[in-house]
Amino acid sequence: MDSLRKKIDKIKPNFMEGGRFAKLRSVFEGFESFLFVSDKVTFRGSHIRDSIDLKRTMTVVIIALLPAFLFGAYNIGLQHFRSIGTDPGLVQMFLFGFLKMLPLVIVSYGVGLGIEFIAAQIRGHEINEGFLVSGLLIPLVMPVDVPLWMLALATAFAVILGKEIFGGTGMNIFNPALLARAFLFFSYPAWMSGDKVWIEGLVKGENIIDGFSGATPLAMLAQGEASEMPSFMDMFIGTIPGSIGETSTLAILIGAVILIATGIGSWKIIISTFAGGLAMGLLLNVFAANDFMELPAYYHMVLGGFAFGAVFMATDPVSGAQTETGKWIYGFLIGILSILIRVLNPAYPEGVMLAILLMNVFAPLIDYYVVRSSIKRRLKRAETAFKNQVK
Amino acid sequence: MSLSVKLKKGLDIRLKGQSEKILNPEAESIRYGVKPVDFPGLTPKLNVRVGDKVMAGSPLFHDKLKPEVLFASPVSGSVVSISRGDRRKLLEVVVEKAGDEYIDFGKADPAVISREEIIEKLLKSGLWPVVRQRPYHVVARHTDTPKAIFVSAFDSAPLAPDYNFIFDNSSESHFRTGLKALKRLTSGSLHVVVNGKSEPSGILKDTPAEIEKFSGPHPSGNVGIQIHHIDPVNKGESVWYVNPQDVIAIGRLFEEGKYRHDRIIALTGSEVIKPQYYRIRSGASIQSLIKENITAGNLRYISGNVLTGSGITADGYLGFYDSQVTIIPEGDYFEFFGWMMPGTDKFSFYKAFASKIFPRKEYILDTNFHGGERAFVMTGQYEKVVPMDIYPMQLLKAILAEDIDMMENLGIYEVAEEDFALCEYICPSKIEIQSIIRKGLDLMAREMN
Repeated sequence: MDSLRKKIDKIKPNFMEGGRFAKLRSVFEGFESFLFVSDKVTFRGSHIRDSIDLKRTMTVVIIALLPAFLFGAYNIGLQHFRSIGTDPGLVQMFLFGFLKMLPLVIVSYGVGLGIEFIAAQIRGHEINEGFLVSGLLIPLVMPVDVPLWMLALATAFAVILGKEIFGGTGMNIFNPALLARAFLFFSYPAWMSGDKVWIEGLVKGENIIDGFSGATPLAMLAQGEASEMPSFMDMFIGTIPGSIGETSTLAILIGAVILIATGIGSWKIIISTFAGGLAMGLLLNVFAANDFMELPAYYHMVLGGFAFGAVFMATDPVSGAQTETGKWIYGFLIGILSILIRVLNPAYPEGVMLAILLMNVFAPLIDYYVVRSSIKRRLKRAETAFKNQVK
Repeated sequence: MSLSVKLKKGLDIRLKGQSEKILNPEAESIRYGVKPVDFPGLTPKLNVRVGDKVMAGSPLFHDKLKPEVLFASPVSGSVVSISRGDRRKLLEVVVEKAGDEYIDFGKADPAVISREEIIEKLLKSGLWPVVRQRPYHVVARHTDTPKAIFVSAFDSAPLAPDYNFIFDNSSESHFRTGLKALKRLTSGSLHVVVNGKSEPSGILKDTPAEIEKFSGPHPSGNVGIQIHHIDPVNKGESVWYVNPQDVIAIGRLFEEGKYRHDRIIALTGSEVIKPQYYRIRSGASIQSLIKENITAGNLRYISGNVLTGSGITADGYLGFYDSQVTIIPEGDYFEFFGWMMPGTDKFSFYKAFASKIFPRKEYILDTNFHGGERAFVMTGQYEKVVPMDIYPMQLLKAILAEDIDMMENLGIYEVAEEDFALCEYICPSKIEIQSIIRKGLDLMAREMN
């Protein structure tokens, strides 16, 4: 490592102010701090600092995403080979899916990080780590057959209009990954819904076995074909069509355990989102006007992107509620709205994305009222003290 | 009424280098420094020039805005240097010790003389600055009458000295006289807060004070946290507080008529070979303490604790309010993929390191930043180390936005930078929280006066 360090020290002056590549300073620092934690020391305030930093934090989230990522790769293969009626075995399926996913991940990171690098350089800031997670989340909420140019466009939209114009990581109002999905959902609805995009090769339609349907369980429900739905267990394990990372509730729950155990993700948001979803599901059961409303409430937990949204999207600390009481309310409302939109709005069989984006907007308002109660307590205390003084 | 408060929020940072309970005789120091930077918000005006002869208790400088508030020389001798920093900011006034002469301020019984006379004696002798106040965490305004006075008789900071040990080696009568004097200054109660986990020292029996018990992780020993739970500061009110060893100095002033700002300090930290207690006078150079008692290498010398102390040089001076010197290694090295390593040797508030699974009894921490400065990203973490009904992040944002009303609403009058030191330690975005809080306090102090 010493020789690498020496090499970096040797080229470093070129990137500093006055150097030949001073314009690439942020990029250089980004790579340098990726390889080596800086030698910067404290100079005022606390003399010691916790070893945690945003890189470490983001790494934990990425580790938590891995089960969903790996299962997603396997499921791409599984769905594809089912559609053409062959079974080449688990390893083949995984490799097939992995190779399908790789370009998506590369495009997402390439476009997103590229924009982040440029934005950091323009501002003269260090490069932020926020996109490390967003860059993996974006492909995971896409259908596998999404064209790469579309993905690139959506990523650019999310990073520039969703994040950088607000001031970069930590300043954004909306969750960037969901914004990317929402962008495609409204701009290219044919590629984000329907029965074909969820399974690799179905759009082209070559070698597909007769009568094969690539509809997601949610679509079946919306179309009143509840009887054709896969079993609860299949949907829990995730061997169903859907966006790449969202199908396996099991893999997502493993991620949830990692997030909660490390304290990086808010358990309050995760739990309250599931609670809100269950509550709404039960309420709909009471009325039970159609198949969808009759669906047992716990089925909603494993359907569509609900679990993925609750664990990885709602818990985004920047766009979510920031007070602890606020997190309960925020999560609960996401759960309620997700199921409400899902069941009662026939146009969008998936409600989680819109519910979270909507609650992103309301999160500051929730926080405002929570903080307000503390302010009121303080004012009341001051008033009592003043009255006692007058007496 | 005696309270017993158990706090849950907070964090004890388990550092290596706790002082052994061995008291060394007074460490001789030739030079003594008084640093105006120890007193936030102060605009100092010099009373002396280089070469002037002074006695212990002679004023070295005073507060330009409140000329009655004097800052005295701890020893007799001559002023050898006055150093200034940027924009001629006064950094320190150094006195070289010669002889042992004291100005005689006259003995008095604080139970007999009037409140005004007590304050005047403290002001004249230069001992007044030991009395500080909330709001703003500055030297108390002597024209106010505080609604309560607090003495926190224990310190929960990392490697902090054990005040029971200090009390056992201090003059009981001075401490009581000091408390008697303080009791006269307030219209309300005098609270002495002790550690609820240990048996309080005998020195605390038969005092005019109310004894309250606090326990829990750091910052349970911070006086600001205690005030918040016992008698919180509202707008327009003030609460004063004094360090326990300064109570002893006040007692000595009344019993002997001398300005003797002596104390027992703990020499601590992983880089001290024999961490022990020392008798020392305020402002003494730490040079003689650390001679042949520290490891080789690039070290950080801190007057105070690792969270709130001030960095000094190896021949720097003990701060006015400090009862502790900490020496830890500097962290000026690069760490290859440091953010990715399991980190069995890294103490962390977060459960993202292997040290959570295989904890050690104590850790050697250095001054490395462990990352780069970022915007606020994580939420809900600061709240876990601030045991107050206060929203830390919202308060910080109000300060950054200079929103006076919001700062007031969110409790700026109750806080000091030291209460947020742990937030700064645990912050994943490496934000300099204590500086922000100080900026907010200074802004409020300016706006309100």
